[in-house]
Amino acid sequence: MDGVHDMGGMHGFGKVEPEQNEPVFHAPWEGRTLALNRAMGYTGIWTIDQTRAGIERLPPDLYLSASYYKKWAVRLENLVVELGLADADEIKAGHALRPGKTLKRKLNAADVPRSLSRGSFARPAQAPARFKVGDKVRTKNIHPQTHTRLPRYARGRLGVIEALRGCHVFPDTVATGKGEDPQWLYTVLFDGRELWGANADPSLKVSIEAFEPYLEAA
Amino acid sequence: MAQQHDHDHDGDHQHGSELSEMQLRVRALETVLAEKGYIDPLALDAIIEAYETKVGPHTGARVVAKAWSDPAFKRALIADASKAVASFGLLNRVGDHLIAVENTPKQHNMIVCTLCSCYPWEVLGLPPVWYKSAPYRSRAVNDPRGVLADFGVKLPADTQIRVWDSTAETRFIVLPMRPPGTEGWSEEKLATLVTRDCMIGTGLPKDPKNAKEAS
Repeated sequence: MDGVHDMGGMHGFGKVEPEQNEPVFHAPWEGRTLALNRAMGYTGIWTIDQTRAGIERLPPDLYLSASYYKKWAVRLENLVVELGLADADEIKAGHALRPGKTLKRKLNAADVPRSLSRGSFARPAQAPARFKVGDKVRTKNIHPQTHTRLPRYARGRLGVIEALRGCHVFPDTVATGKGEDPQWLYTVLFDGRELWGANADPSLKVSIEAFEPYLEAA
Repeated sequence: MAQQHDHDHDGDHQHGSELSEMQLRVRALETVLAEKGYIDPLALDAIIEAYETKVGPHTGARVVAKAWSDPAFKRALIADASKAVASFGLLNRVGDHLIAVENTPKQHNMIVCTLCSCYPWEVLGLPPVWYKSAPYRSRAVNDPRGVLADFGVKLPADTQIRVWDSTAETRFIVLPMRPPGTEGWSEEKLATLVTRDCMIGTGLPKDPKNAKEAS
């Protein structure tokens, strides 16, 4: 999706402003929001890419103006309604008005340390890898309406395969409920001038992590 | 505090007025999800406590200090960071896709996620606000020297700047260069020089001359 979330190379956002001695959370609701998202994720009701797509689908003005955790909170409200886990009138009322659905599992406090570990996204390969280290590749010029992890600034560009990272769950299909469809994942290296033109910093190299369907031989 | 379920959303405005819009909104959502039986508020407390007190950049600093001290560990870290860090006996197992990238006099590495906020939580904790912000995500890939200037960092013009955009489930941690003048330092003392930002690539380790004595 060519949304405002795809920010690489955009102009006009100003300076980076690090905060000295930044707290982990700036308000108690931020911590509750993060924890709610983690606990709901643990139930197995959605995948990480479905949640990313949930953020990307927020209205652009909200995406750009809301704080990080506000986006998470609104996304969570949207997802629970979309998936029929709760209804909008219940969220408005702040209470359950109907019984819940039965989910696969529920996170208990005792299981929290274990649940904080990231799972593996590696999967058995469906086919041999098409590319090897050193191969020249061109990223495809694709503009799907749905979730993708190929950023706009790196589409239709010449790069070199720098590393193979194994075969991973494919975000573009899993985000739309079309299954994991595992794909080879590569680190693809670009010269700064290939991405940004002749005036780019000549000392700049940028890499993306690219799934095989994003690439063609060059 | 948000796990209290006894307040009345229809009345009690005096109480409600003390809470921000977001606090009320998130409390309402939590209440619904708890009453539906999907979540346990006590588990939420435990998650928040873990991120506030246990998971953080002190872990990454230990990893870097060990790599500076132990050449075999450094080789293992560069070869397979997930496996190398697993030997640390951390509270949480690190994900399977951690990659350590080494700064050298010729190349400086910087980590970004232009599409969202991907970050190596297990070794650095939750990302700071600036890492998730539009200025950083937009500029890191085409003006990294400008971004470094925002952090007060200036690198030689002939140093190659290598930006890693975290567009998949692989996660990156920068292994900065060990500062000169730290010969003979213990791992514990070295770790005091390792800042969060130097493991993202927007900073450099602290100057050992200004470092506090490690206990």
